Amino acid sequence: MTDAINQSVISLDAVNKSYGREVVLSDVDITIRSGECVVLVGHNGAGKTTLMKLMLGLTRPSSGKVEVLGGNPAFGTALAQHKTLGYLPESVAFYEAMSASEVLAFYARLKGVEHRHCEELLETVGLASASRRRIGTYSKGMRQRLGLAQAMLGSPQLLFLDEPTTGLDPSLRRQFYELIEAMHKAGATSVISSHALNEVEARANRFIIMKAGKMVASGALDELYQQAALPVRLEVSVIPGQASHVAERLGSETAIDDVGDNRLYLSCINGDKMPLIRRISDFGELVSDLQIIPPKLDEVYNHFMNGDPS
Amino acid sequence: MKMLWILTMKELRDGFRNRWIAAAIIVLGILALALSVLGSAPTGSVRVSEIDVSVISLASLSVYLIPLIALLLSFDAMVGELERGTMLLLLTYPVARWQVIVGKFLGHLSILFIAIVVGYGGAVIIMTLVTGGGTEGWQAYALMMASSLVLGAVFIALGYLVSVLVRERATAAGVAIGLWLVFVVLYDLLLFGVLMMDTDQVIGQQLFSMLMLISPTDTYRVFNLSSFEGISEAAGIAGVASEAGLSGTLLVSVMLLWVVLPLGASLLVFQRREL
Repeated sequence: MTDAINQSVISLDAVNKSYGREVVLSDVDITIRSGECVVLVGHNGAGKTTLMKLMLGLTRPSSGKVEVLGGNPAFGTALAQHKTLGYLPESVAFYEAMSASEVLAFYARLKGVEHRHCEELLETVGLASASRRRIGTYSKGMRQRLGLAQAMLGSPQLLFLDEPTTGLDPSLRRQFYELIEAMHKAGATSVISSHALNEVEARANRFIIMKAGKMVASGALDELYQQAALPVRLEVSVIPGQASHVAERLGSETAIDDVGDNRLYLSCINGDKMPLIRRISDFGELVSDLQIIPPKLDEVYNHFMNGDPS
Repeated sequence: MKMLWILTMKELRDGFRNRWIAAAIIVLGILALALSVLGSAPTGSVRVSEIDVSVISLASLSVYLIPLIALLLSFDAMVGELERGTMLLLLTYPVARWQVIVGKFLGHLSILFIAIVVGYGGAVIIMTLVTGGGTEGWQAYALMMASSLVLGAVFIALGYLVSVLVRERATAAGVAIGLWLVFVVLYDLLLFGVLMMDTDQVIGQQLFSMLMLISPTDTYRVFNLSSFEGISEAAGIAGVASEAGLSGTLLVSVMLLWVVLPLGASLLVFQRREL
């Protein structure tokens, strides 16, 4: 089991999915390995939910192959694997007439999880005091918390969370990510969808950026920066009044974004950064400070979402 | 088996929670009591047991009521959960799709079972205690209750088929009402109409029996009105069923077929359904 960490848990091979004439996913290849935390990022309608439904076996691909835990998940053919699986749908719905503890007990029975875990989970997500109330009276946030609780029943090996933090207040959001992290440390693999890249930035091993049913980028954060090849910006502080003089001497081969009285803003691609810095340092006393501003995550995201991926 | 048990118990608990069982018991019980009170009037001279009369009148009314209750229980079963979104979550649990349908079916059948046993059974007990009448004919009454349950099962299965075929709850409700009308009212009307016009007697006994067998409600009616001699005499159809070659076993088999076929079709449709 030394290579357990590298074992592929989910693999999608040339998967296409269309509903009638509407193409939802086209030619998606994804491999997710055991222990990874993968975040699917994209606008609404990019195909994130459909991707999850395919992995969960709730729907079938129009063409291509989906494999989860070594089997075809489609239509409950591999029942046993569901025991190690937790899912939180995008807008989770419960039996409104039941109370939270009743619903959780029902799901626990289906998963073969001991009843006492239900109380613990309700405690964890902060629903213990409201657990006897009808779910019909619950707010959006409370439903979401109950959704998390049911997804965590039986400490699943595979977690699918579709927009998990919508409707959660910031403190609960943080608590939620702590829970995910704890499950992660225990060896769980998770697939999380989100439209906010910043929020999940620190938690994920890998991002998969989806756009209109296509996978436009995939990789860890630093890999995404490289793939995007966005320009690095330099903020150069100079002796007051000398900015235009410096700009002139840098010449036309340098991209100068803005020139102030004592400040210049330059940009260059990552590979040209060091030569440019050396040239700036040649100005000696003229330059008083230098700041390197890497591209922001939002910019990387926007690059993939708006720019031409090819 | 464990999964089926869990799903069945959930439906049953829902039935208690949303007062479905209570409502059905009250409706069936009051109906049975009222009919036995009204029905006891003409018994004096004809020497038919009170229970026998109850069987005839109850069977005639159950034909309308039991399908209605069964359809109301079942039309929402699948489409409701699909529309509200609870099915999405349920199917990611370790349950097979057939277990979902069969579990619900057993649950709804239990609800109907309780309603029939408590409603009809309670009424007959009260009746015997109050009037001090004999328990003669209880077998026919028991058989009436059992066949009512089978009739209910037929319409629960039909309701499921509707429920997996349509996309919206409102459509399912409409189609369910349509089914009720067809099987309980229109089919018989049509059959009578054809017979009335059939002055040359093209439709022989054989064909007529076949036509009766097509409808599960007619099968139920014939089964109950001909089940015992005393009853068929009182109902005025003595010997009709046996002459037509409609044995009790055949009638019950037809009704069971009406349970199995729609239920099987629902399973097939649901198995292929994408969420």
